[in-house]
Amino acid sequence: MATSEVVHAHAAPQGFIRKYIFSLDHKVIGLQYFFLALTAVWVGMILSLFMRIHMVWPNADLPLIGHIQPEAYLSLVTMHGTIMVFFVLTTAPQGGFGNYFLPIQIGAPDMAFPVLNMLSFWTTFIAFVIMLAAFFVTGGAPLHGWTGYPPLSAIQSAGPGEGLGADLWITSIAIFCAASLMGALNFITTTLDLRAKGMSMMRMPLTVWSWFITAILGLLAFGVLLSAGILLLMDRNLGTSFYVPLGTINGQLTSHRGGSPLLWQHLFWFFGHPEVYIAILPGMGVASQLLSTFSRKPIFGYKAMVYAMLGIGFLGFMVWGHHMFMSGMSPYSAFAFSILTMSIGVPSAIKTFNWLGTIWRGRVRFYTPMLFAVGFVSLFVSGGLSGPFLAQPTLDIPLHDTAFVVGHFHLIMGVAAIFGIFGATYYWFPKMFGRMMNESLGKIHFWFTFIGTYSIFMPMHYLGMAGQPRRYSQFTELAYLQHLIPLNRFITFAAIITISAQLVFVVNLFWSLLKGPKASDNPWEATTLEWTTATPPPHDNFGGHTPVVHNGPYEYGVPGAQRDFVMQSDPAITPSPAH
Amino acid sequence: MATVTPNLAIRDPRSRDIGGGSPPSYGGGGNGDPGATNGPFSYGDRLRRARLGLVVGLVAVVMIFVGFTSVLLVRKGSPSLDPQTNTYARDWVPINLPWALLVVNTVVLLVSSITMEFARRDIARQVALAPVKSIPGVSLGDEKSFPWLGSTVVLGLGFLVGQLLVWQVLREHHFFVNTGPSSSIAYVLFGTHALHLVGGVIALIYAAIASLLHRPLEARRIVIDVAAWYWHFMAFLWIYIFALLLIAR
Repeated sequence: MATSEVVHAHAAPQGFIRKYIFSLDHKVIGLQYFFLALTAVWVGMILSLFMRIHMVWPNADLPLIGHIQPEAYLSLVTMHGTIMVFFVLTTAPQGGFGNYFLPIQIGAPDMAFPVLNMLSFWTTFIAFVIMLAAFFVTGGAPLHGWTGYPPLSAIQSAGPGEGLGADLWITSIAIFCAASLMGALNFITTTLDLRAKGMSMMRMPLTVWSWFITAILGLLAFGVLLSAGILLLMDRNLGTSFYVPLGTINGQLTSHRGGSPLLWQHLFWFFGHPEVYIAILPGMGVASQLLSTFSRKPIFGYKAMVYAMLGIGFLGFMVWGHHMFMSGMSPYSAFAFSILTMSIGVPSAIKTFNWLGTIWRGRVRFYTPMLFAVGFVSLFVSGGLSGPFLAQPTLDIPLHDTAFVVGHFHLIMGVAAIFGIFGATYYWFPKMFGRMMNESLGKIHFWFTFIGTYSIFMPMHYLGMAGQPRRYSQFTELAYLQHLIPLNRFITFAAIITISAQLVFVVNLFWSLLKGPKASDNPWEATTLEWTTATPPPHDNFGGHTPVVHNGPYEYGVPGAQRDFVMQSDPAITPSPAH
Repeated sequence: MATVTPNLAIRDPRSRDIGGGSPPSYGGGGNGDPGATNGPFSYGDRLRRARLGLVVGLVAVVMIFVGFTSVLLVRKGSPSLDPQTNTYARDWVPINLPWALLVVNTVVLLVSSITMEFARRDIARQVALAPVKSIPGVSLGDEKSFPWLGSTVVLGLGFLVGQLLVWQVLREHHFFVNTGPSSSIAYVLFGTHALHLVGGVIALIYAAIASLLHRPLEARRIVIDVAAWYWHFMAFLWIYIFALLLIAR
């Protein structure tokens, strides 16, 4: 009765288009996401370079865009934030590495719904193209920041970029939401239903846990942003008044009345705060994996790590109001949001101490991925510690519109998540492409990036305390900020050097892709399932058989074992009677 | 040892029995054992996976409507500045919905949900009986069944036409999408639900075409089963929207 046709999900495709463009293979789709994010991160970085140069030399003529008008500066702010948050920090760790390694790490031949997976990537791609198109339409890119607050974002005549550019921006975000929902559906179903035999939930690598929890957050958050974005498009184009109150724009009374800009803020941040964890949770998973592997020790407190991530995800949905202390919210709700926000410090501290406990007395191998994992922990601590400051309304109100906030969220959400991506790239590159990356170039890249990003974002805390506002196009003429100009110059130079250092990474990436030494199947002597299969993995991941899991994910330095690591598919470790 | 053992081993698809010497299994893994003849992609596994995927997808749909619901409630409660008197006043004008027509639409949708359920059970029975039918000489009698799937598509399209009539009536009463907050959100709720229902109709038409394309019976069963649960959820969602507009219009 059983037909043989369905035993394999799908055979390996032959033609170039089916194999590399419209591929159903989660590994190819993961790489597509990765290279999309790599393109996007360069666009976002160049935009930030323009901003930094404009801040200290406001009259300079820049290549490509010439002299920057104040409105153009706001466009740069908007597009830098949007591209980085959506198309880099959401796309690379989850869509890229999650897609590639989640099925392999749980012993599955592919994602649960391969066609949906392909659709999810190509929808993201379309969203990215639409987002970039906003640069080239009349009026240019929108001015309303990545948060898109109305009424600025809801009125066509509110500024040069608020016409077609803003429509494209919102459309792109809405399409991205749909793509992320498809992706989240696939990740959750795959994790719940396609685990290999013996891969219980509590034997999943922490990377899988992080992708799984990230997918749950995405599933609950992106739907709300989608509905909010649809209503914003209606306010802009159909004359409804969800977000726009009565008011005048350029001296003319608008036809809107009664809308509530605060409504958008609530809906946006109900998505926006979980989005922060969507960006950082995969980094946490990667850091755990790398710290354990390269310290040759089991992860300290595996269950605590899992519950801490679940706790961060859960609390992440109840703290969105801390982005809105400036909106005149009731002090009582501000107090509740403040307490809940600070309580996220507890699971975060659990994670940090467990990471330190993992390295403690380990036989640490400082390969490049390990450096980035340690760098992740460092940035997570430095960026995270300013969180409890900003969680208090009394401190947030003076600091909110200053460079302090810029320093805070770039360290924790931007750079820490990027370090997670870098660590993952150096760690999994051998498995993805069958070649090793260059260690010396990797270490040069790490130190320039590590010192460079600290040099950029640490002084911003000081600038913010000294009163430098954010999102201002020009401040060099302001008397009270004169003494901050040298420090701003320093930040700009640091940014130029750090961005240049990323060329080392790109050179290393493409050179190793073509000329790197061949990698063995398990170059890092790691334990998870992706290292049991061939390099690069075959089409169905495990070459026709399904792995059976007998051990936990981080069995390093097991007493009595032949090697200092026991892989998940190795015969089960006999528990000692002392257990 | 000349005993003939009848080859009639009945396997419970959920059983995880493993040969001697194998390591203990730790539940959760949905892949079944690698030695099983039906492989990791048996139809039973695929059906379960598709249902799970549907449930997860419906959570996303729920969140979209949670967003709209909170907009409705917040927007209904927030006052608006009246430029003539320069005072704050509630600008929420309750929308005048054609209730009779909406009740008719609701009944049509609920009946379609029932026909959909018959279609779902019908194909499940066909799948279950397929091995019996393949035995030579066994007949199950008259196999013509009522076209439940087609009826569902017709009723679903009927509901959508009914919704268009509702919007027509609203326009005649001068309730346009930008007339006021109550009509805006009503159009949003109606429109989003209708779009989701169009998706369901497309899935049903695909299922009907799949039978023409000689896709395996089990594959069609998965499409119809998932479409049926989706369809039931759309009926439930419509009841929710109806009740929401009834209470907080």
